[in-house]
Amino acid sequence: MIDTSPNITLVVVIVVVMAAGVYLLLERSLTRVIIGVIMISNAINLLFLVASGAAGGAPIVGRTPEDEMSDPLPQAMVLTAIVITLGVTAFLLTMAHRSWQLNRHDEVQDDLEDRRVARRAAADRSAYEDLDTSGESTLEETAAEVYDETADRPRAGDDRG
Amino acid sequence: MGDLSWAIPLPVILPLSAAGLALALWRHARAQGVISVVALTGVLITSIALLIAVDSGPLVVDLGGWSAPVGIVLVADRLSVLMLTVSSTVMLCVLIYSLAQGVEYGNEETPVAIFHPTYLVLAAGVANAFLSGDLFNIYVGFEILLVASYVLITLSGTGERIRAGTIYVVVSLISSLIFLLAVALAYAATGTVNLAQLAERLPDVDPGVQMVLQLLLLLAFGIKAAIFPLHAWLPDSYPTAPAPVTAVFAGLLTKVGVYAIIRTQTLLFPDGRADDLLLAAALATMIVGILGAVAQNDIKRLISFTLVSHIGYMIFGIALSTAAGLAAAVFYVVHHITVQTTLFLVVGLVERRGGSTSLDRLGGLARYAPMLAVLFFVPAMNLAGIPPLSGFLGKTGLLQAGVSVGSPMAYALVVGGVLTSLLTLYAIVKAWNKAFWQTPPVEPAPMRLPAGMVGSTAVLVALGVGLTVIAGPLYQYTARAAATLRDPDQYVLSVLPDRLRGQGESDQVTEETLEEGQANGEAGQQDGGDG
Repeated sequence: MIDTSPNITLVVVIVVVMAAGVYLLLERSLTRVIIGVIMISNAINLLFLVASGAAGGAPIVGRTPEDEMSDPLPQAMVLTAIVITLGVTAFLLTMAHRSWQLNRHDEVQDDLEDRRVARRAAADRSAYEDLDTSGESTLEETAAEVYDETADRPRAGDDRG
Repeated sequence: MGDLSWAIPLPVILPLSAAGLALALWRHARAQGVISVVALTGVLITSIALLIAVDSGPLVVDLGGWSAPVGIVLVADRLSVLMLTVSSTVMLCVLIYSLAQGVEYGNEETPVAIFHPTYLVLAAGVANAFLSGDLFNIYVGFEILLVASYVLITLSGTGERIRAGTIYVVVSLISSLIFLLAVALAYAATGTVNLAQLAERLPDVDPGVQMVLQLLLLLAFGIKAAIFPLHAWLPDSYPTAPAPVTAVFAGLLTKVGVYAIIRTQTLLFPDGRADDLLLAAALATMIVGILGAVAQNDIKRLISFTLVSHIGYMIFGIALSTAAGLAAAVFYVVHHITVQTTLFLVVGLVERRGGSTSLDRLGGLARYAPMLAVLFFVPAMNLAGIPPLSGFLGKTGLLQAGVSVGSPMAYALVVGGVLTSLLTLYAIVKAWNKAFWQTPPVEPAPMRLPAGMVGSTAVLVALGVGLTVIAGPLYQYTARAAATLRDPDQYVLSVLPDRLRGQGESDQVTEETLEEGQANGEAGQQDGGDG
């Protein structure tokens, strides 16, 4: 029978790496997010090793007695996961670079339209201009037009938190 | 019809090989188009053949001859093949739409050299996720389609797409990581990732651990399917991509998540301990989604929010945990894939014709483009659930299933469903009034929309209406699919006929190798002794 009691060192390492990864993931800079993602995926890969039980010999029939073999399946899965993470990390780095090219920073940006809808709601204006009734605007509408300080077009930099 | 199990891997292999070929021929846009159309037509034909074949029982193929729990299996049952058929139909129509768009307007929006290979990889990933009978292989299928979608959503890397793409990629990555975590824990708890064997072993696992696994899987798939409160990424990221890409994403990607929820909930956790949670999430998804749609001023975002809202209907059907609920949910998935994709394609046409997607700047399209108005009106009414269209039939099925369960929560969902349907109508009518009826702020320049784009959209509109015509047989099919899903033993026995091993050849081979190995080992020891 394979020994399935978890290795405490691995568990502690997983906890630390995972916590650091989650912390980095909450950052606004894409580069830190990438490092966070890498750390979390490494922590999960280690978790697969814990799942496979105690380490043993090479799982080749005829070379290692059956009860001393390592479980090969989690290792295959970890390899697959590493390859996938590698590809996605490369893609994310490209995106961070592109974002830097375009904006000179790599921060995750806010959704402009979302802000626009929120601003309209705050100003209590209707979601769209109604051209059919534009000739006979009510007092409230005129007042909103006159006293509304939030212009229709957002100023540059207005939408970033 | 003979045994079709050899055809099960085709929906994955065909697009993947075609993707490689299309990438190699990146200089020849026309050849790429032909390759993509041929490959996806092949997938469509295969899935229709399988659709008929699996009605008499699930088909299983042990890949590479490795027996089930050791090797990877592909399982084609009614649900997976139905999803596959609908998705390949939709993907083919969208492909023709994007080809016409590329021919007519040059390829400034969709750089064909990478568009076709990526699109085909996406098709392969979707097919793999539907057909796989192995939790880890589903993860791989998800990754294939996600990586393809990362490329598609950031096509040509403009500022707006990078902004939206960043959020999409990071959120999807987190969902993948949670899924991978669930796979690792499932393996640690049961020593297997084969779905059939998991279904056999999970009942013996501690209920607390089962709950953790169930919730982790729901969390991972819930992000994909955009269930409240995990939905906020969707209306933000989808509208910025090119119209054909958004259409495919809206139609398929969320439904892959819904499919994965159906599969795992019915097969691995049939006792439905998360049902109350799912019901609450379904109600919140419906209401929050549709209220978001009502507030929008951009037609693409409006439709993205209705997409989120209508995911709630499917989750409602799944969470009822009855055969009737599941049947209605599966029917609703089929209906919704078609209609949502169509709407996004039509909005792409509206954007071409009216020059904008903002409801402030559109207007008078019913007069300038009456054909376009019809193309928008039919799927829009279908989405809102106006009788006799398929959206109405799906919603009626769900409401009936909800009433027959009769718990207070189910009644709350029934009321929520009706309310959402009305609000959908309100949101859609608002879009209709603004874009098609109001006096146009600017007279749109006269133009003809390309026949290929209008044609493929018209085909999808017709398909949506066709779903109403064949609703009877289709509903019976989904009811049979639901009956299969409610009986996990059927799935387990078709993958592992003796509940231990699949039908691959690896068993005999292993036995033989083992005997040889032992013989060699003994011989080696003797040699050593002699030396």
